[in-house]
Amino acid sequence: MSVQGPPPIRTEANALNTNGAQQRSGSPHQSMLLRMLFRSAVRRRGRVVTALSAMVVAAAVTTAVLNLYADVQAKLGTEFRSYGANIIVVAKEGMPLPADALQVVESALEGRGIAVPFAYVVARTSDGHSVVVAGTDFDRIRRLDRWWKVSAWPATSGEVLVGRRAAAVVNPQSGHFELSFQGHAIKLTSAGFLETGAGEDSRIYMPLGDFVKWTGVQPSTIEVAATGSTKEISAVLRKLEDALPTADVRPVRQIVEGEANVLNKTRATLLAASVLIILTAALCVLATLTGWVFDRRRDFAIMKALGASQRLINGFFATQAAAMGVAGALLGFAVGIGVASWIGRVNFHAPVTPRFVVLPLVLAGSVVVALLAAVLPIGLLRRVQPANILRGE
Amino acid sequence: MFFRMVYESFRRQKRRKLLAGVAVTLGVAVATAMIGVATDIGDKISRELRSYGANLVVTPQEDTVDVEIGGVNLKPPSDGAFLNEADLPKIKEIFWRNNIVGFAPMLLVNVKVGGPSDTKVVTLLGTYFSKRLKSGTQEFVTGVRITNPWWKVQGSWPDDNSNEVLLGERLAAKLHRRPGDRIDVNGRELRIAGILSTGSNEDEGIDAPLAVAQQIVGKPGAVRRIYVSALTKPEDAFARRDPKSLSPADLERWSCSPYAQSIAYQLQGAIPHSRAEQIRQVAQNEGTVLSRIKGLMLLLTVAALFASALAVSAAMATAIFERRHEVGLMKALGADNATVASLFFAEATLLAILGGLIGFAGGALLARKIGLAVFASEITIQPVLLPVILAIAVAVTFAGSAAAILRAVRFDPVFALRGEA
Repeated sequence: MSVQGPPPIRTEANALNTNGAQQRSGSPHQSMLLRMLFRSAVRRRGRVVTALSAMVVAAAVTTAVLNLYADVQAKLGTEFRSYGANIIVVAKEGMPLPADALQVVESALEGRGIAVPFAYVVARTSDGHSVVVAGTDFDRIRRLDRWWKVSAWPATSGEVLVGRRAAAVVNPQSGHFELSFQGHAIKLTSAGFLETGAGEDSRIYMPLGDFVKWTGVQPSTIEVAATGSTKEISAVLRKLEDALPTADVRPVRQIVEGEANVLNKTRATLLAASVLIILTAALCVLATLTGWVFDRRRDFAIMKALGASQRLINGFFATQAAAMGVAGALLGFAVGIGVASWIGRVNFHAPVTPRFVVLPLVLAGSVVVALLAAVLPIGLLRRVQPANILRGE
Repeated sequence: MFFRMVYESFRRQKRRKLLAGVAVTLGVAVATAMIGVATDIGDKISRELRSYGANLVVTPQEDTVDVEIGGVNLKPPSDGAFLNEADLPKIKEIFWRNNIVGFAPMLLVNVKVGGPSDTKVVTLLGTYFSKRLKSGTQEFVTGVRITNPWWKVQGSWPDDNSNEVLLGERLAAKLHRRPGDRIDVNGRELRIAGILSTGSNEDEGIDAPLAVAQQIVGKPGAVRRIYVSALTKPEDAFARRDPKSLSPADLERWSCSPYAQSIAYQLQGAIPHSRAEQIRQVAQNEGTVLSRIKGLMLLLTVAALFASALAVSAAMATAIFERRHEVGLMKALGADNATVASLFFAEATLLAILGGLIGFAGGALLARKIGLAVFASEITIQPVLLPVILAIAVAVTFAGSAAAILRAVRFDPVFALRGEA
């Protein structure tokens, strides 16, 4: 602080002495209180800025953490969808799926997910081996089963994808081979090989249009990857059951339960971390504001010496603390939203949507902590004689 | 004199020191707990990700195509090559044996069930449910109950050395069987221990101890494939290299990282005439999910460290600001700026070390509690972390006090003593 010259006027009490007497009209207490609040904010900028920045940082961290906590389910849910289908629709024994089954599924999904149709037959190779041939939609499957390792995707009709194991049976070294199903032969070209480490390795995949033209067999299975929370997915499940009474609709438990398990554990860890961070932030505000109020014990003493009631003084400090809490919360909320969306972009490659539900929480929390920070030192000062404080003791 | 001043300052200003000390302690505790959780979360989540099932599969080298649609196997079971059941314990002898969470052998066979009037062909799966095996001196338990945690049984799980079976829930509904009933499988009378629900093709079949399936096939010791659930490191560019093309030094580095590929490579070496590969649906996605969760925790740890650093500096700044009068007095008595500053810094260091030690212990306890509550397994804080945490605590306390100390030192003693600073 400044060393040269006389000490600058710093206390509200001084402001009160010089200008206070001129304006005593209307409701004296209220206009006075407002004046004092305003003056105190303007005149002691240094301390106010310190306390306010602590509030802003605390509110920002809290906002960011709460936003992330609320959004992590949706964010991780998207990641979990790369595990593939979580619902499977299968034709009941001896009954084909209705012709419009795929459209029915799509309308139940309302754009929140992917549905891929599959049709299967067992065909014979030219030297008499059996092999499973599947007809499907390659564009959809590329989005559903992103873990498929494919050397080259089929581009035109007549081109197929040959599983790594199936390749041994059909011998597509030349790229061309022949299959027959119920006496209908078809000449196919292998576009690429497929490797998944699971059942797909033993199959040959071809475009659904070609498949139906060749075999006359319609899709019997639709694999569905529905996005959303557990509740939303069970809602989709129920909708599908109602819409397709002739089919078996069932969740893929391996995927659904694995996801729920990992998600719950992650959320619980995140919750523990959030609580710790928010407590630390509150502690930070408490430390700064307590210091700020304690530091102003001379104002307190002067006000008391001039005859202010304890209630007025309490109200004065409480209002100031609350005002600081509100200002800090609002500023911090804006900063916190920015931080959350930055974390979203860095970590999940998608911004975290701001949740305004968090605002009242942060606001209430800030005000409560600020009031608590103001009340503690006032309680201590209350017992002290103003004269002692003014004497510098 | 200097030490006496520091000592007296702690003795006489208990309230102020306590406040700053509490802030340091809590800050360090939060930081320690968060660092502990963040460093361990990868391991913990990767164990939880095992609930997605096996990520590696071992098949016979000259395995032929499966002809299977919707869980119904259309190929005669005696066809093709088999693995030897006696080789199974070798899985627990590879270099990465401690990363193997469990494995389950599989042998599929088509069987006829029901009476002579309504015979039905279904798939019988022979496997381990929860089998006790021995490799060397080490005993372990493995089977589908470990590799496929989403399998639910109503009734009880069969014993691996019995003639009891599990009936898939759809098949059970069709045959009107319940736990405790008997079922005729290829002329054998087997007891149904429980009804199995998996939400997948197994719901239409029968699951039996491996030995029962081997008897039905007529090939004792035969296994068609082995599903292995292993803790792996997310794949990177180095993991995708072909081990055959690596130099000896690189090959060693490659084998010493628990990539799905290198574990598969070792499994292949351990089990004769086998081929091991990753189940891409499970293995490939683990990495993304894991890295997202780890990234999130890392960023949160940074936030926590930031918040605790701020709390500590705020508390320190307040504590020093309150002591302007003391500074004034010291300076009036002839102390120079360096002496005053070093006094405050010494006090700050002492506070940081005391608070750091207590906070570290508290943080370790907190991390343990979080680990037990969330993952039902402990998170241990490495003692190596203690000097790091202490150094951070001292640095933060210093940084937090520095501005306040400099300000205090620059006060004109006259104003300070008059109480106008």
